[in-house]
Amino acid sequence: MKWHVLRPLWLAIGLLVVILIARQFLVPDDFGVHGESFTYNFHRLGNVQEWKDFPVKHLGRESCVECHEEKVAMLDASPHAAIECENCHGPAVGHPDDVELLPIERAREHCLRCHQSLEYPNNARSELPNIRNSTHKRRRECVVCHVPHDPREKPAREKRG
Amino acid sequence: MSCSRRDFLKQACGGTLASILPVSAFTFLTNEEARAAVANANVRWGFLVDTRKCVGCGLCVKACKKENEIPYDAPITRTWVERYVITKDGKAHIDSPNGGRDGFIENVINGEEIDPENIAKAFFVPKLCNQCDNPPCVQVCPVGATYQTDDGVVLVDREWCIGCGYCIMACPYGVRFFHPVHKVADKCNFCYHRITKGMNPACVDACAFDARRIANLRDPDDPVTKIITTERVAVLKDEYGTKPHVFYIGLDENVR
Repeated sequence: MKWHVLRPLWLAIGLLVVILIARQFLVPDDFGVHGESFTYNFHRLGNVQEWKDFPVKHLGRESCVECHEEKVAMLDASPHAAIECENCHGPAVGHPDDVELLPIERAREHCLRCHQSLEYPNNARSELPNIRNSTHKRRRECVVCHVPHDPREKPAREKRG
Repeated sequence: MSCSRRDFLKQACGGTLASILPVSAFTFLTNEEARAAVANANVRWGFLVDTRKCVGCGLCVKACKKENEIPYDAPITRTWVERYVITKDGKAHIDSPNGGRDGFIENVINGEEIDPENIAKAFFVPKLCNQCDNPPCVQVCPVGATYQTDDGVVLVDREWCIGCGYCIMACPYGVRFFHPVHKVADKCNFCYHRITKGMNPACVDACAFDARRIANLRDPDDPVTKIITTERVAVLKDEYGTKPHVFYIGLDENVR
């Protein structure tokens, strides 16, 4: 064969070899079909463990009770028992090493998530004790009159007549 | 080359038979059957959403965003809550401001105030990844960056994803989005880091009303599995054939 035909052929073969060598280094060893289906199980196996190792942020009230036994006991006995501590206090990861990490949610909007009356018929929201945001103590934080850890109680410090 | 008619017919028939036989000898297993045959098939995660219990507080969305490090103020979320208000004239008003992250505390939908007298029915529908048995998002991935684990959860490999966005377009439920920090596709994975440690997904723990529950569908004694297998549950967009594994109680025809 003539030289001008061979030249691009060698180039193509050379490229192929380079790609195959590069592939050896770039594609991880655990990449392949892990399971019965090529369509759905073609992946890098190590990634499953990477997702399992993703840090947990919400630790649950089992973690809160270690120090805040009194508060958790109060909550457990209240109508708010189903609400997780971290719903209002934020994820506990990093606490108590950095106390600043756990802000306390005092905004009216937070309570209104459940307790704003939307007047929907046959809706679970309408069965909760509800208020109308526009008419009920418009400028006051809910926690001034209601104890979130037990809404049946009044706050001890600021008893109002 | 010469060939008698007899030889030709012999060879033609033999060749045809030889090519047909091995094909008919195969049996095609469904995904479920095949998975039952391999090891570690004692877990298959599923999810139960009871829309009748949801009050639309949005604390699940808030918990999800914080747990999974999804930028809090970006208009993306792994799970969201939709509000459906059907007025007496049959019109459906649907919204999900910020994915329901801040709850629903006003009777205003898309800027329109709805008179409570005029409402026929109203309900909230939490949505999340359906962890389909036939996930279209996985089929379209050109690089093998998204895949189904042996317990049925679809994961995205952040190292391997090239961010092409095919999977985001392929998902009929619209649960996938582009993660602006990692520059890859992202979606709900039932909090895989939590369920594999025996914890509940963050949204399940955050729900005070038991509207969201996780189930191991392979465990017949799992109380949530019992509900899914014995009660009347529905899935979203069944007609797509994706075999979704998030089951709903109390779905309405208006839910899409």
